[in-house]
Amino acid sequence: MRLLVCVKRVPAPGARINLTEDAQAIDARHLSFTVSPHEECAVEEAIRLKEIHGGSVTVMTLGPAEAEEQLRYAVSVGADQAALLVTNGSDWDPQATAAALAARIAEAEAADGVFDLILVGNESADSGGYQVGVRVAHTLGRPIVGGIKGLAIEDGFVSARRETGSAVEVYRLPLPAMVAVKEGINLPRYPTLPGRLKAKKAEVASAPASANPGGLVMNRLLTPAEQKTTTTILGRGPEAAPAVVDLFEELGLL
Amino acid sequence: MNRVLVYIEHDDGVIAETSMQALTFGGGLGEVEVVSVGETALGGWQIQHPLLTDYAPEAIAESLAQLVGAEMPGVVLAGGTERGNEVMAHVAALLDLPLAANVTEVRPSGDAWDLTRIRWGGSLLEEATLTAIVKLATVAPHVIEAANFPFRAATVFTPELADELARTMVFERVTLSEGITLTTAPVVVSGGRGVGSPEGFAVLEELAGMLGGAVGCSRVVTNNGWRPHSDQVGQTGTRVAPNLYIACGISGAIQHWVGMMASKNVLAINNDAEAPMVTKADYAVIGDLHPILDAIVAEVRRRRAG
Ligand SMILES: Cc1cc2nc3c(=O)[nH]c(=O)nc-3n(C[C@H](O)[C@H](O)[C@H](O)COP(=O)(O)OP(=O)(O)OC[C@H]3O[C@@H](n4cnc5c(N)ncnc54)[C@H](O)[C@@H]3O)c2cc1C
Ligand SMILES: Nc1ncnc2c1ncn2[C@@H]1O[C@H](COP(=O)(O)O)[C@@H](O)[C@H]1O
Repeated sequence: MRLLVCVKRVPAPGARINLTEDAQAIDARHLSFTVSPHEECAVEEAIRLKEIHGGSVTVMTLGPAEAEEQLRYAVSVGADQAALLVTNGSDWDPQATAAALAARIAEAEAADGVFDLILVGNESADSGGYQVGVRVAHTLGRPIVGGIKGLAIEDGFVSARRETGSAVEVYRLPLPAMVAVKEGINLPRYPTLPGRLKAKKAEVASAPASANPGGLVMNRLLTPAEQKTTTTILGRGPEAAPAVVDLFEELGLL
Repeated sequence: MNRVLVYIEHDDGVIAETSMQALTFGGGLGEVEVVSVGETALGGWQIQHPLLTDYAPEAIAESLAQLVGAEMPGVVLAGGTERGNEVMAHVAALLDLPLAANVTEVRPSGDAWDLTRIRWGGSLLEEATLTAIVKLATVAPHVIEAANFPFRAATVFTPELADELARTMVFERVTLSEGITLTTAPVVVSGGRGVGSPEGFAVLEELAGMLGGAVGCSRVVTNNGWRPHSDQVGQTGTRVAPNLYIACGISGAIQHWVGMMASKNVLAINNDAEAPMVTKADYAVIGDLHPILDAIVAEVRRRRAG
C-alpha cells in the first residue's frame, strides 16, 4: 500500500500573535514551527495503515527550505520518504499550492506507482483555506471527503467516518482516493530515539516549486481588535468559593 | 444588478442559521437567489436528482457548477461550515476559480473584491484581493446577524450527474442521541495541564453536573490521553459560547482562546496570576485549582441544602 501525506510548516504562536513590520507574516523570530494538529494526525494515521497493510508512507510539503524540519519529524515517527517543494518562503495561494503539489504527486506516481491513499489535513493551521486537498483530488481525478475522524481500508475501498453534531456519517470511497482528516482520529505517537537518528540521516528529495498564481492574493495580515477586559479577582485559594458561588447565582446558574 | 447565488444547508426544510447569515451577507452584494438541494421547495433554485438522496459533496458541487455555467451569476456564496467549505472547494476546483473561505467583509473595488477573511481559526485576519468572473466565497459564521429572507417560488434545476459521483455520498448514517453537549451547554467547566491527571477531572465533572454543564479541556489534555478529543475546545477542537466558561489550569494559548472567546463570561482558576487566561478573563481565582474546586463544590452543595 502506497500512502502519501501532505503537511504544511507553520509557526506555533503562544498567547498572542505578533506580525512582521510589513504585515505579510507572523513574526516568528522567537517561535518554534509545527504543522496543523490535523496533519500530525494524518501522518499518524498513514503510519498505522502501513503497520496494518504494509507498504510505505511518503510525506510531502511545499514551503521554504526550513520545512525540511517538519518532514524529518514525520520520518522520526515512521514515514519512509520525504519530498520538499522549495519556495522562497512567501505565502502561496491555494490554487498555486495545489497545482504544484498535484504536479509533484503525478511525477512521483509516474515513477513509482499510484498512491492508494493520499491524506491531507482538514484545513491548514495558518491560512485555513479548506481547499488545497480538494483541488489536488480534482487534478488527479480522485474522490475526496473531509472532516474524517476514522478510517479503515478493505477490499479496495476506504471507509471513512465523519461526525456531524447529531450523527455519524460513513463514506465508502474506491481506491485510489483521498481523505482530509481531523485531529482526534488518533493520538499521535512521539518519536523514538532510533526514529530521531533515522530522521537525521534521511534523504529529503528537494526540488524548486514554480508558482502559477491563482485569483486570490493576500495583501496583508491584521490582528483582530482585542476586547479590553478588566479581570475581577474573586479571591485567592479556597476562601474564594463563596464569591464564586455568588457569581453562579448572579448568572442564574444555580 | 449582481446576481448572487447562495447555497443553503437545511435539514428537511429547517435552514441552518449559518445559511441564513450567508443569505443576509449576500443581500449586501446584489440580488440573492437561494440554491438548495432536495425535495423541500425553499424558493429560488431547487436542485433535484435521483442520485442526491443524502449529503454528497462531489455531486452537489457538480450540480452547482452546472447551475453556475447555465446562469452565470457574479457571485456564489455558502456558509463557512464544514459542508459549506467542502462543497465550495469542489465547485472552485471544477470551475478552476479561486475561492475565499470564511470571509468577514467584502469591499467591491472595480471588477475585483477587496475582502477580509479569517485565518488561524479566528486569531488573525487577512486582507486579500479576489479577482474572478464568478466570485466564490464562504461567509464566516456569526459575522452578520441573520435577517428575514423573502423566499419566493422555486424553480427545479435537474443536473446531469454521472453515476460515478455516488462514490462520495454518505454510505451509512447513524443518528446519535443528544444529551447536554459541549456546544449547547450553558456552562463549560474546562481543564488544562494544571488539572494534572485524568482522575483530576472528577471534581470538574462533579461541578459541571451540578450546574447542568459539560466538561471541556485543552489540547495538552487530549494529547496526554486524559480526555477524549471530543472534549477539546479550540482551533482544532470545538467552538463553544456558553454563559460561563470556567478555565481551570489552562494558560490561554491563542489556539485555545479562539475556541471559547465567544463565551459571555469567563472565569479563570489558575495559580499563575500572570497567565494570559487570567488577564483576559472577566473573573479569576488565583491558586491551586483542586482545593478551590473542592471548596466551590462544597459551597454549592451547602447553599442547595440550606
Ligand atoms: C495549530 C495549532 C492548533 C492548536 N489547537 C488547539 C486547540 O484546539 N485547543 C487547545 O487547547 N490548544 C490548541 N493548541 C495548543 C496550544 O497552543 C497550547 O499548547 C495549549 O492550549 C496549552 O494547554 P494548557 O493551557 O492546558 O497547558 P499549559 O499552557 O501548559 O498551561 C497550564 C496552565 O495551568 C496552570 N497550572 C498548573 N498547575 C496548576 C494548579 N495546580 N492549579 C492551577 N493552575 C495550574 C499554569 O499556570 C498554566 O497557566 C494548538 C496549537 C497549534 C499550533
Ligand atoms: N504548502 C503546503 N504543502 C503541503 N500540503 C499543504 C500545503 N498547504 C496545504 N496543504 C494541505 O492541504 C490541507 C488543506 O489546506 P488549506 O486549503 O490551506 O486549508 C492542509 O491541511 C495540508 O494537508
